[in-house]
This record gives sequence, C-alpha cells and structure tokens, in this order.
Amino acid sequence: MTELLATTPGVYPLPDDAKTDLAHLKGHQKDDLVSGAEGSDVRNIYDRARETVLTDQRETGLDRVVEGQLRWDDMLAHPLCVHDAVDTRGIVRYYDNNNFYREPVVENELDFDGDLAGDLKVAAEIASTDSLQAVVPGPYSLADLAEDDFYGDETAFLEGIADFLVGEIEAFPDVETLFVLEPSLVVNPPEDGADERASEAISRVASATDAEVVVQTYWGALTEKVHAHLLDAEIDAVGYDFVSDHEANLYNISEYGTKGSIALGIVDGQNTLVEDPAKIDERIEWVREKSPMQAFDRIYVTPNTELFYLPVTKYREKLAALAEAVSPAEVSAT
Amino acid sequence: MSTDSDGGARSAADGRGGNGAGGSADANASSREAFRPPEHPNEHFILTSVVGSYPKPKWLNRAQDLYEDSGSDFDESNWQEATADASRLIVDEHERAGIDAVVDGEMGRNEMVEYFAHRITGYEFHGRVKVWGHNYFDKPSVTGEVEYNDPWLVEEFEFTNEVAERPVKVPITGPYTLASWSFNEYYDNEAELAYALADLVNEEITKLVDAGAQYIQIDEPALATTPDDHAIVGECLEGLTDGIPEDVRIGLHVCYGDYSRIYPEILEFPIDEFDVELANDDYAQLDVFKQPEFTKDLALGVVDAHTAEIESVEQIERNIRKGLEVVPPERLTVSPDCGLKLLPREVAYEKMAKLAEAARAVERDLDRGEIEVGAPASAD
Repeated sequence: MTELLATTPGVYPLPDDAKTDLAHLKGHQKDDLVSGAEGSDVRNIYDRARETVLTDQRETGLDRVVEGQLRWDDMLAHPLCVHDAVDTRGIVRYYDNNNFYREPVVENELDFDGDLAGDLKVAAEIASTDSLQAVVPGPYSLADLAEDDFYGDETAFLEGIADFLVGEIEAFPDVETLFVLEPSLVVNPPEDGADERASEAISRVASATDAEVVVQTYWGALTEKVHAHLLDAEIDAVGYDFVSDHEANLYNISEYGTKGSIALGIVDGQNTLVEDPAKIDERIEWVREKSPMQAFDRIYVTPNTELFYLPVTKYREKLAALAEAVSPAEVSAT
Repeated sequence: MSTDSDGGARSAADGRGGNGAGGSADANASSREAFRPPEHPNEHFILTSVVGSYPKPKWLNRAQDLYEDSGSDFDESNWQEATADASRLIVDEHERAGIDAVVDGEMGRNEMVEYFAHRITGYEFHGRVKVWGHNYFDKPSVTGEVEYNDPWLVEEFEFTNEVAERPVKVPITGPYTLASWSFNEYYDNEAELAYALADLVNEEITKLVDAGAQYIQIDEPALATTPDDHAIVGECLEGLTDGIPEDVRIGLHVCYGDYSRIYPEILEFPIDEFDVELANDDYAQLDVFKQPEFTKDLALGVVDAHTAEIESVEQIERNIRKGLEVVPPERLTVSPDCGLKLLPREVAYEKMAKLAEAARAVERDLDRGEIEVGAPASAD
C-alpha cells in the first residue's frame, strides 16, 4: 500500500489584512524586518495570521499542516537573520526571483536560538499534533544564502550551521514530518567533496528528530552526483520538482532510485494557474508508471516551491486542489 | 511620421540591430544634437537626463487615497486634474534643475508593471505578492491572449510635451519585464509571452512617435535577474523597434545586475543608448564595458538613487569622467542610477541640480582641453 499525503513546503503568503497591518506597524525598510524581538502588537498579528493559515489547511483537508513561516521576512535565510550572532547587511536577490532578503553575516558561534520552535509550539497548540509538519531550511541552502565571518572555511561553516539546526529541531514539539528545503543543492550545486559533506550535514540535521524527514529540492533537478550523494543521507524521502524539470528528475529516479518514500513537487508554487485535481492525479500516476521499479511507502504530493510567491486567493485554491487530488488518502500500489 | 522612408526606419528584417551601433552613427549623432539647448554654454555637450520615476508630492498621494476610496466623490476627472498638476510641477522641477531631456516623474503611474497590465487585455489581478519585507505589488496574471486597446502613454506624453520647454523622454516598461514580472497562465513559455508583448509595445511606441516623441527609454530591469535570457530580450527589442524611424532615440535601462553576463551581447541590440546604474557600487563594474569596445551611447548613472546622501558636484564630476573611460563625450549621457521615487523630494531635486552642474563643469573642462578622454574616439 502506498499512502498518498497532501502537504506543502510552507513559507506562505501573509493574509492580506496582516500584510497591511504589519507594513503599518513595522515599516517598509530593511531595518524594519523581524528581529526575533518583536513587540506584542506585532506578535499578536502574526499569531492571528498563523491561526488563519492553519484553518486554511485544515479546512481544505491537507494531510500535513505547517505553521506557515509567516514571520520569515527573509524567506529561507530567516533563522540566521534573527540570530544574535548574525549581522544583517544589504538587501540581496533571493535566487533568480524578483524577491530580496537581508544578507546574513555570521559573526559568532551559532548557539541555540529557539525562534523556530517558538512559532511551532504556538501552532502545535492549535493544530492536532498528528498532522503537524515542521519546515526548516536545509544546511547547505542556509550556508549558501549567508556569509561567514566566523567559522573560517566552508566545511566548518556548513558544520556550524548543521549543528545550529540540530539544536533548533531538538527543541521542536512533536511533529509528524520535517520538510528540509534545499533549493541551493539544485541552483548552486556543491562540487566534488562538498556534495558528500552536504549530505552528511543533512543526515545530522535529520537525526535531530524522530519525525519522517523529507528533503525538498527545487528549481530544476539535482546533478547526478549530488543526487547520488543525497540518497546516502539518512532521510526518508527526497522531494523532486516536477514542475520545472520533470524529465531530468525522472531520469535521476530511474537511474539511481530514490528513498522508500518520495515527495512530488507537482503543483506550481509560482504560478496563479490552479491545477485541476484530475491533472494532479495524472501527474502522480505518470511518475508511478515511469518508475515501476519503485514501490513507495508514502508519496507526499506538494507544490514544488514555497507558496509566498502567490496572492492569497490563489494559494488557497492551490491547497484545495492538492487536497482534493489526494483524497481519498490511500490507493493501492499498481 | 513616415516609417518607410529609404533606410530611415528600423526594421527587424534588415538586420539593422546587428550593426553594432543601433542606428547609423550619423543618425545617432543628429538625434543627440536635437537635445542640445539653444542657450547651451559649452561646445561639448553631455546629455543630462533622468531615468523616470520621481517622488510624488504629498498631496498627490492623498489625492490617490481619495481616488481609490470607493466612498469618496473624488472621481476620474479630479484624479486626471491632480496628476496633470503634479506632472507640470515635476517637469518644471527637472527644468529648473537644468536637466536636458525631462520626464514628468511618472506622476500618473502607480507601478512599472501594474500600470501597463491594467491597460492590456489578457491580464488579470488577484492580489498583492511580496517583493521583500513588507513591500508588495499587485503582480498580474496573463490568462488570455494579450491585446492592445487604447494608448497607454500618449496622453501623458502629449501633456508633458506641451508643458515642457525641454525635449521629453518617455520611459516605458519593456516586454521582457512585463512578461517576467507576471504570472504566465496562458502562453507556452515566458519568451512567447514576451514576444507577444513586444508587438504591443511596438504599437505604443509607434503612436508615441506619431505624437512627436523623439526619445524612448525601454526599462528592462528583469534582465538583471535572469541575464541568460539576453537573447530573448534582444529579439523583443527587434520586435518593438521594428519600423521606428532611426532618428528616434531608443535607450535601454537595466539596473542592479552582473553586467559581465550580458556584455558584450547587448551591443547587438537595436538600441542607440544603454543606460546602466554604476554609481551604486562605485563603478566596480565599469571595466566590463571597455572590452570589447563599447559601440552604443552610454547613459551612465552618476548619482546613487537609493541613498539620501547628496553627492557633491566634484564627486559627480569624477563619476562623469568615469564614463569618458568608456565613450567619448559626444556619446555620453548622464543620469541618476535609477528612478528617484524612493527619495525625499528635496533630496531628489538636489541630486538632479548637482548632476546638471557637474555635467556643465566637465564640458567646460573638455572645451579647455583639461580632460584627457580615455575612450576611443567615435568611428566617424
């Protein structure tokens, strides 16, 4: 039996009223972004917005719900940008998007912070714990988005970031699944040696939780070597972006196999065109037919990317399409 | 205006874009001379201009709030009157600052993609999306074939041209940026959407030229985000300049990118002038444009658009001289790095006034033979 689960990689758009209220309270400049020490008026707005997105997910019937990462002003760089050992500098481009984040410069040892666990605990009180999913940036992507002014070399920096993430994840409340977002593995792939170290760092991060760990890759396909190394990591599933490059991702799976479970990024997280649930089902079946050697324990059906790129109305429609496509939750393996 | 005279019109089919200098050098030189003010004090002439957007007067922002408030009786004609007043004010401000080719500061435009998308059939709006922090824009979706209806900028140009004593430049968002900064639900890929939009931009430019526009600036900031798409931008430019007379000056503005990834490819574009922001990082990328030889006119950013600190005239003179390392003075235009709309208005004005003063000072030094031009002389 293969279990189909509808979920998302998180990092949602703020509800429109929260967009307006927070812009008013916090301001528009780079010094106005979250610091981890927001006042109660700002916190209250985020708490209400978090409740809204949890309701969105529950009402549409997603199998895993996320807290929404609504405070992540700096997207995947957030955990560093709010850390005391990190200075934030100019605004820099977020991958190849028309989005920007504050460049984090690590100036001291990355000790425990607790920012991610704080938000997740609030969500755990609202959501039933048997469906809660945590989201973290992967160690390789987080290192790629940041500058190091403390650890001294790439290897030590990656290890420092992995250790930091381990500490953060260990403070999480119980979750069912942990999504580790690693777009940099595709966009800026590690070279020989670094690829192996990236997978080791991912293994360490994954070992910090008993939850099922999914490493989501996106904006293309992993190189064969990076993919092969990632399969050595002690994780439960790799996520593949079937929106941006289905052929190359299928090739990787056919040639190298994959983990016992898989995440299929088959809903476009960056386009307002809402997929027909039947179309989503077709895409799931296409992957299964094309990879007959694989009997998956679980298939996580998900958007390929974070969802903050979308207007709120469309993000909600995407969630609904996903949930409808995956319901009923279990289908027999072919 | 005729667009089919003997060799006087741009044509995508005749490969005109590949001659390395946009139009012929003669047409280019004469199109520049049209901007020299009658009272110009120096023999040399460095064209001064602005990129486009400018801080709106506070009262115009209040008027906009009223206009967008459905409960208010502030209607379309009130809004038109308010933007006309603001345009007149800003044109006058540019002229007082001593700018040679002026714009109206885009007083009637809200945002560089939204404004056009609202006027193009095929676009829909679904709500705001994040750019960074709490800065959002109403990113439109293309849900059908894009079609041209009413003119987008002709009224704005006609009004500005009427109130301006100096020649007017018209900034217009380019098709690649209009495509790239939209959700594409309809076309097979972004390039197909961009090519379709290029036809619409061509139609608009044709109307602007018919209305008397002599200087068009195509804004393509999205090229900086995806530099590997320079060939798509090039093909768009071929489409949108097709049939436009050679004596109409066509500029291309790009900003905040890694220019080594689009140079020298941009020299193949059918444009007269390449406008680039370089003051921002203190000309760290200037050398990119020296090899191979830069064959377009260079419109160089000589004041930073994103810092409220006002550069001194001497500093701006030094920045202008950086441009002379790339092109001779007769092919140098100077402007701020980018649109000035995020600055306080008094700061924006001071930057423009000092820019104009610095340009005249450099011209004077050139006349006296006190500046050695590092750039190769023009071929003609």
